[in-house]
Amino acid sequence: MAEFKLPKNSKVTEGKEWPKPEGATNTKAVKVYRWSPDDDQNPRLDTYHIDIDDCGPMVLDALIKIKNEVDSTLTFRRSCREGVCGSCAMNINGGNTLACTKFIADTKSDLKIYPLPHQAVIKDLVPDQTHFFAQYREIEPWLKTDTPAPERERLQSPEDRAKVDGLWECVLCACCSTSCPSYWWNEDRYLGPAILLQAYRWLADSRDEATGERLDNLEDPFRLYRCHTIMNCTKTCPKQLNPAKAIASIKKMMVERRL
Amino acid sequence: MSTRTPLGRARGLGSAKSGTGHWWAQRVTALALIPLVTWFVISMIVITGANHETALSFISSPINAVLLTLLIVATFYHGQLGLQVVIEDYIHTKWLEVTLILSVKGGAIFLGVASVYAVIAIALGG
Repeated sequence: MAEFKLPKNSKVTEGKEWPKPEGATNTKAVKVYRWSPDDDQNPRLDTYHIDIDDCGPMVLDALIKIKNEVDSTLTFRRSCREGVCGSCAMNINGGNTLACTKFIADTKSDLKIYPLPHQAVIKDLVPDQTHFFAQYREIEPWLKTDTPAPERERLQSPEDRAKVDGLWECVLCACCSTSCPSYWWNEDRYLGPAILLQAYRWLADSRDEATGERLDNLEDPFRLYRCHTIMNCTKTCPKQLNPAKAIASIKKMMVERRL
Repeated sequence: MSTRTPLGRARGLGSAKSGTGHWWAQRVTALALIPLVTWFVISMIVITGANHETALSFISSPINAVLLTLLIVATFYHGQLGLQVVIEDYIHTKWLEVTLILSVKGGAIFLGVASVYAVIAIALGG
């Protein structure tokens, strides 16, 4: 059966409350999921207080401030701080998004920050994405051709180039896949919205010559057809992309080649 | 601890190269059920409160018997396709999954055939 309850050692407990910054008049409570593989403790929710008047506007700014000034053991991924690397994906107040493009001011109450749902936690806000990226490798996300390479660049009309708009922008942050109930229950076999959007990115590319082979590899009750158009993916995408539509386009191609 | 590589695990047993037929059939039967269910609901409202003879003569009319048979086939076919998906989603113990799917399909066939038999029996004056 799918598991709907957390195992005993995953129950989140109340954690440490860190002191408020001295002299600050405008503070915000930030509750952060903490878990370390090094002790035998259950995960806990630590509460930090940050001085909003002395902090950048984004949730990532708050996390970096906590790590720099309050608790250097807080662990999270981050790199570009402008929404193009996809490293700082996490669950902020119930929604998966990038901490670097999410305004602190969007949240009126306390900030609650958890790692991406339904992935094994390595430490604190860092989930294990080994399988996610193995699935990306599985769809062979590169241009495949049999025609010998031309002398110069491979030509593509502006109209054909426009067909991969809304697809190439994906930064593989995994916000969508980890928001998808189908991916939660069947991540071992279902590819999930992020990988299927990437698969469609190559199906939609006029320069690619492996469309049929790609469709063969996707046509599977689990790999593709676990998508039940729940639309959490499209709702949560921090890049405002539409993975659900990309998946629908793949299903359309599947039917098209047999009609 | 498995020593299988992440890529090996992701590829698993490979693609089943099927699923499109199931998906397409579910959509087509859903479309067919829109007019059939509308007709059925209206008919049931119209003959509400009628006596047994009126109900029998409703079913025996050729057009109604044919539409009822189509409704029964489409409903059970569509229903078992949908239940199969629910079982595949949530049941991860293989023997239980296969048992449940076969039970659902067997049950749908049994109930469908029984219902069609009833319509035919009434329509042909059995």
